[in-house]
Amino acid sequence: MNRLKEYVKKNQKMILILILAFAVVFPLLGFEKSTIRIFCRILMYMTLAGSLNITNGYSGQTSLGHAGFFCVGAYTAAIITTRFEVSFWPIMILAGIFAAVVGLIISVPTIRLKGIYLSIITLGASEVIRILALNWQSLTGGSFGIKGIPRPVFFGFEFDSPLKFYYLFLGIALIFLFVSHRVINSRVGRSWMSIRENELAAKSLGVECSAAKMMNFAFGAFWAGIIGAVYAVYVQYIDSAVFTLDEGFNIMSMVIIGGQGTLVGPLVGSVVVNGLTEVLRPIGVWRFVMYAALIIVMMWFRPQGLMGASNSILAGGKVKMKATGKAKRKETTP
Amino acid sequence: MSEILRTEGVCRYFGGLKAVEDVSMQVNSGDIFGIIGPNGAGKTTFFNVCSGIYKPTKGKVIFCGQDISDLSQESISRAGVGRTFQTTQLFQFMSVLENVKIGCHMGTKTKLVDAIFHTKTYKEDEAFAEEKAVETLRKAGLEQYANTLAGNLPYGIQRRVEIARSLASDPKILMLDEPAAGMNRLETDALRDFVEELNSQGQTILLIEHDMKFVMNCCNRIMVLNFGKKICEGSPDYVSNNKEVQTAYFGSGTFGKEAAKYAEN
Repeated sequence: MNRLKEYVKKNQKMILILILAFAVVFPLLGFEKSTIRIFCRILMYMTLAGSLNITNGYSGQTSLGHAGFFCVGAYTAAIITTRFEVSFWPIMILAGIFAAVVGLIISVPTIRLKGIYLSIITLGASEVIRILALNWQSLTGGSFGIKGIPRPVFFGFEFDSPLKFYYLFLGIALIFLFVSHRVINSRVGRSWMSIRENELAAKSLGVECSAAKMMNFAFGAFWAGIIGAVYAVYVQYIDSAVFTLDEGFNIMSMVIIGGQGTLVGPLVGSVVVNGLTEVLRPIGVWRFVMYAALIIVMMWFRPQGLMGASNSILAGGKVKMKATGKAKRKETTP
Repeated sequence: MSEILRTEGVCRYFGGLKAVEDVSMQVNSGDIFGIIGPNGAGKTTFFNVCSGIYKPTKGKVIFCGQDISDLSQESISRAGVGRTFQTTQLFQFMSVLENVKIGCHMGTKTKLVDAIFHTKTYKEDEAFAEEKAVETLRKAGLEQYANTLAGNLPYGIQRRVEIARSLASDPKILMLDEPAAGMNRLETDALRDFVEELNSQGQTILLIEHDMKFVMNCCNRIMVLNFGKKICEGSPDYVSNNKEVQTAYFGSGTFGKEAAKYAEN
């Protein structure tokens, strides 16, 4: 295992290029449209789970309301593109910014709240956004949703097949990973992680915790908004039923199973969860039980997730147990 | 000998409990100022008031001429108050180097945009943080632990990492809350050398400690708290011969007097 890790570290660039080449060529191998749609789903959830991982995994502020930001992005894009003749791309950015603003507003309580109380706020906010979308008839079409969302066009190139959307989702996932990688490995990312690890100590070192947390929320929400916008033009029809709490938990299960606090984690989580969805299709609703069981098993045996960060409090005592042969629980604040 | 930290009649009450009552003191630049007192005397509470974790109920905390009584903990840290905690508050799952790098937070100013586009600010900051962290580790004699998880280190080293992390932010005053607690004699001596070396480089230090040998040999001024009140302040010799201090530590009965006499010899 260690040798594998070392090998990966040594040939990081080459492996990345190989994976990328694989991701580019793979869908061209003559799959059916429905299969390509599954790949699209996986890529979409990679970014979505990745952006949730920014809040949950990196700054340790457990947000349960990611579906809300997703919803904001999707509706923003849907409303604007169906009413005005505008190019999709600036709208996509706008949807992201709008979601980020909503994220900022929701993050205001994070200044005062911690842990489970914060989670409840985000959970509530997510529902508020969904119910707003359901009831604001004149703007969102209420329970009928918005249909006939135009396809995006890129310099005369129309995104009209799942395969083309596959590359769009891939592109967004890559940009997201690139940007997040840079942010995480900077002073900003370090301040987020310091808040996750020990807020008291972070404050004593002059990390402006409130500002950092708000920025963190906004950053995560921005990407959820972007992917929401792309989702809207991809399915061409949205209604509020998509953005329920179940969706939020679905995203979160990917983050937890894949591993919080690593960029690779949510990618793996997305592949595993979406893959399972397809594999377990024959057993119908029972697959939700499987997810629940999977999450519990993960929390039990590998709290940091499949690819979890070893340098994180999220791993609990497990990492230490391996390293020193005895478990030492973290002390709480004095 | 300019003044760094001054408190004026600081009180901190928790309901009816007067944890700190009317404490005034002054720390000058270059001091190693010790705060001692029996258990529950309010030392840590006083510390927390100075570093902004608690707001004073009454009174003022003045740091370098600026009233910091109402500032948030972060603002006080940014003003130049570095501190460590009674129970170590390390980023346990991060390497020692990363711990110290977070200590450089205040000295750098990379924003989200800088980080995304790798602007000049980002590059300068990263280079600065790396260099500063390595230098601080060298200063604290922790180079060999740079890539170890902080939580895996022995206790004495952990405390030292905490001090190093705080030092990386270039504090004007370094506040150490019981740095030698739980250390053995060797570790304590090493810590004393370290503190004295820091001080000789011009670092002002305010510390709470129970280890009398440590305090008496290390500090140049000592304040004694008992039941939240200041009962004595002065040089180590003056404090150790003060009758009130002896009473606070040993009691006032026959047995206490015996003990005090024994302690003097």
